[in-house]
Amino acid sequence: MIKANQKESEPYSLEGKKALITGASRGIGEQIALTLADHGAEVVVNYNTSHDKASETATTVELEGENSWIYPADISDHEEVKQMKEHLKENFGEIDILVNNAGINRDKFFAKMKKEDWDKVISVNLDGVFNCTKTFLDDIRESEQGRIINISSVVGQKGNIGQVNYASSKAGIIGFTKALAQELVRDDVTVNAVAPGFIATEMVKNIPEKVQKNIKSQIPMNRFGEPEEVAEVVAFLASAKSSYMTGTVIEVNGGYYL
Amino acid sequence: MTEEKNFFDEIEGLDTTCRRLSGLSALVTGCAQGIGRRIALELAKEGADIVINDLSSQKEKANKVAQYIESHLDREAWMVEADVSDIEDVKRAKTQVEENFGKIDILVNNAGINRDNFFTKMEKKDWDQVLSVNLDSVFNCTHTFLDHIQDSAQGRVISLSSVVGERGNIGQVNYASSKAGIIGFTKALAQELVRDDVTVNAVAPGFIATKMVLDMPEKVKDKIKKQIPMARFGKPKEVARTVTFLASKDASYITGEVIRMNGGFYL
Repeated sequence: MIKANQKESEPYSLEGKKALITGASRGIGEQIALTLADHGAEVVVNYNTSHDKASETATTVELEGENSWIYPADISDHEEVKQMKEHLKENFGEIDILVNNAGINRDKFFAKMKKEDWDKVISVNLDGVFNCTKTFLDDIRESEQGRIINISSVVGQKGNIGQVNYASSKAGIIGFTKALAQELVRDDVTVNAVAPGFIATEMVKNIPEKVQKNIKSQIPMNRFGEPEEVAEVVAFLASAKSSYMTGTVIEVNGGYYL
Repeated sequence: MTEEKNFFDEIEGLDTTCRRLSGLSALVTGCAQGIGRRIALELAKEGADIVINDLSSQKEKANKVAQYIESHLDREAWMVEADVSDIEDVKRAKTQVEENFGKIDILVNNAGINRDNFFTKMEKKDWDQVLSVNLDSVFNCTHTFLDHIQDSAQGRVISLSSVVGERGNIGQVNYASSKAGIIGFTKALAQELVRDDVTVNAVAPGFIATKMVLDMPEKVKDKIKKQIPMARFGKPKEVARTVTFLASKDASYITGEVIRMNGGFYL
């Protein structure tokens, strides 16, 4: 009789791992923090301005019995990220897993898009990935299971009307992921990206009903994704089970873009 | 006599009988040398008038390109200095183009630099500089010249990405991010500009025999060639002719596309 390997059915354990999730006060980032904690990781909930939301996330993590920390930093500012690192090193320890999740959108038709809309989105979504990865790189390289997981988007792969800035930043993340992955193999650090489609977060729920319907009709699964469906993929990439994956972009979009 | 002249032109690869771009004007950024220069020449060969752009430090080289176009290809060429990473400079350049040259139909976002370094040694300024010249410039130039291109009967935005943007490369995290960003830019803008009959495309060259590549150590070059199924570097001409094709009416149903030309290096 074939003996079922019980370990196979266990969740991806992140016991003893420390993870930093940027922009984790709400939306997909919040869910990633909760899910990684659920898998046993200690988490740092980074946020920029939403202090109350961030502490809510941290409280939920604590209720699940995992250690958490919240830290405010504007990740588009390299100096603030450096300060965050110093602070975390003293109070939390060195991190193993970095989830570059923080992102904003400033949607506008290109003709009406201002230079500041462009600069702002690129600096948070793409420069932010540079700033955090660069700053926490030595922590991650020293880890036995160093992981860098970047949140891209289907919009970076397919483009979208009104999102030239967002699409550029999210596509840039893919180039970043593939280049850095090749450099860090020597340190046993994997670098991957997740490209969600339309996920039922506030950002998507705020879209007018009619537009939502129209979008859903273009998604083969005919529904938006749930934040958990993205977060579990991140947890898998963070775990030891994804050890042979690097430089990949995992699409989580219900078949919207293949 | 005319027939004879055309014949010789063909021999030299200067086929002035095939002028798919007659009556159109193109701006090519960063075209004092390398791939950009060849793009400017090929577009002119096909009948386009050209706005040559580069930094003021490249003035001498840029002028040579302009002179060649005027004397050998019988097209108008006009040089405008501008740092494309600076949107104010691009706006100023646009005013000059309008006063001295007219409107453009085709924009080729070619200007690019590299500051290669292992990520651990990459400084913030290496990141910032490459992102601003390679990616912000695409925003700056496209946004500034958008009204020209929208007004054209054959508006074209063609941006130079790279195989490195698609596949990544060691020592080029900054370059890869910028060139991948261009792909996102192209696909998003393409969808917006269909209503104006403007096509927006990118080309992603592999290793092309420009100074940047030829200056690499012989050993490294051999190693790279071994990874290319065609076992050779591409020619600037091969990139330029793809750009010319995208600029022409022949490519009228192509938009949001990234055309690879890498000898089979990345598929």
